[in-house]
Amino acid sequence: MHSESERTITPAPIPSARRPQTSAGRRRWLNGLRWNEETRAGLVFVSPFLFGFIVFTAIPLIASLYFSFTAYDVLNPPVWIGLDNYQRMLTDERFSKTLFNTLYFVVLHVPTAIPISLTLALMLNARIRGLGIWRTIFYLPQVTPAIAVGILWLRILSPQNGLLNQGLALIGINGPAWTIDADWVKPALVIMKSWSLGWIVIVLLAALQQVPKDLYEASIVDGANSLQRFRFVTLPMISNVIFFTFVMLTIFSLNIFTEPLVMFPPQVFGGQMGPQDSALFYVLYLFDQAFRNFRMGYASALAWVLFLVTIVIVTVQTIVSRRLVYTENN
Amino acid sequence: MNTTLRSAPIIEPQPLAEVGKHTPLNSIARLLLYAVLILCSFLFLAPFAWLISNSLKDASHAFDPNWIPRPIEWSNYARIFEEVPLLLMARNSIIVAFLGVVAVVISSSMIAYGLSRLHFPGRNLVFILVLGTMMLPGAVTMVPVYLIWKQLGLVNTFGPLWLGNLFGSSFYIFMLRQFFTGIPQDLIDAARVDGASYYGIYWRIMLPLSRSALLAVVIFEFQAKWNDFMGPLIYIQNPNLRTLPLGLQLFVEHMGYGQFHWELLFAASVLVTLPMIILFFVAQKQFIQGIATTGIKG
Repeated sequence: MHSESERTITPAPIPSARRPQTSAGRRRWLNGLRWNEETRAGLVFVSPFLFGFIVFTAIPLIASLYFSFTAYDVLNPPVWIGLDNYQRMLTDERFSKTLFNTLYFVVLHVPTAIPISLTLALMLNARIRGLGIWRTIFYLPQVTPAIAVGILWLRILSPQNGLLNQGLALIGINGPAWTIDADWVKPALVIMKSWSLGWIVIVLLAALQQVPKDLYEASIVDGANSLQRFRFVTLPMISNVIFFTFVMLTIFSLNIFTEPLVMFPPQVFGGQMGPQDSALFYVLYLFDQAFRNFRMGYASALAWVLFLVTIVIVTVQTIVSRRLVYTENN
Repeated sequence: MNTTLRSAPIIEPQPLAEVGKHTPLNSIARLLLYAVLILCSFLFLAPFAWLISNSLKDASHAFDPNWIPRPIEWSNYARIFEEVPLLLMARNSIIVAFLGVVAVVISSSMIAYGLSRLHFPGRNLVFILVLGTMMLPGAVTMVPVYLIWKQLGLVNTFGPLWLGNLFGSSFYIFMLRQFFTGIPQDLIDAARVDGASYYGIYWRIMLPLSRSALLAVVIFEFQAKWNDFMGPLIYIQNPNLRTLPLGLQLFVEHMGYGQFHWELLFAASVLVTLPMIILFFVAQKQFIQGIATTGIKG
């Protein structure tokens, strides 16, 4: 499947998106806009996506840019206020709080979750017995509804006889008040989220299983030890998949919503999300502004900032990963 | 969105290399490996055991640290049905999930067929748009999409929760496209010679040959709809239309933090989670069957 030459190609950001175009496809491209039967059928088949993309992605994206320059409460027509919404963010303390919380969570969660998942995937790839059972165990938390995860972990993290602090006490650690101490809320959520990283394990395991055997055999002939094999064969071969999980996990983490909403409802913390708003994550704030305070204009501005932050982060990750992949190939 | 991605790569059209033949571990290392795996498994499973154990505790012992509840209070599971209209919520969840699954399987497979097997100008651009929407957080378009549904008079109906599925879901399109690409061209050529149209090929060749992949989409989307919380939170105010996650959230708020009935909340959580775990085991079987027939060692 994988040829020798393929190793020297810098992997595209998305695995398997690099399927080379067939010569037939290229020919048809050169024929230009020939309105033949196949073209018509192709457009018919993808038309649901195109319609959905225009109505539910493209237009809303532009509309939310427009609303972000207005004051809009749904009941009255939007009023143009220029950059006021964006200016407001600069002085909005809850906004800087939510941005800090979210980025802090991402920085804490993503770089820890990927190595843990990779370790688990490597262990599962080591010709072990009962692979299906282990895989099931690590994947099971993933099928648990987020709402149930929130309820369950609120109790696990409880300073009052919670499971986590009970476990920590076994190894002589006096656990913190995870859900009450504002400083520990985000580490607590990181631990909770690390419980459900089964999908990353499955994705990485699938990638590991596709690394061609002959590469390993060749490296063994060359006298590479297992650490060198990992560094010079495994890691480069799965680097694009690691990158893929890295990007997707970052996006998911930026959008954390359900669990903190269940665990730290504002009714309990005097209108704040968790102690001192420590669980006020970006999408929660956006939701709050849009659907509880009906500030659709401000919420749209928040949405566009999230959009831009996402683009910046993904772009930076892409650039950094290209560099990494490049050095590996040298 | 969350649930859709995780599962996508489970379906692997290409045969996998035989697992780890290249790592001859000595027996001590192997023993250590199993020890670490068992420890990790324990860490992953402990919360489930704790969930079940706590769902069976008596209200006055809800905060006891012991793992085996004394007395075992099975009646918690009966009481939860009295406290919350669980059956009504389950019915609503099933309706939304069913409609969403049917819509997304048909639309995503059509789109994936067009993107994998038909050549037309702009195909690559469409595929790039599919990848782009995969990365676009739903929160970015949340406000205008809400306004669209409101304009259509569909707020407070099931509509906004599943109608979007009619236009495909980028994760499933991506996954099915990978799968369709692996179907041998010879079959399609033969059908063409026999006079089959592109629509006939989609219906008679692509769909029947992709049962395992389509089943995966069914399962993942059912799970996604069953677990969806944000959608119902935005669109459903009518108590009779509440789905399970929304109902549970309101139950949490209703119980209030002070006099939390943890045992009931846990019983409800078990009941909401159980169908998903059963579904997963059903899927796991199919999954292993699928890889067995293609000669892949799971």
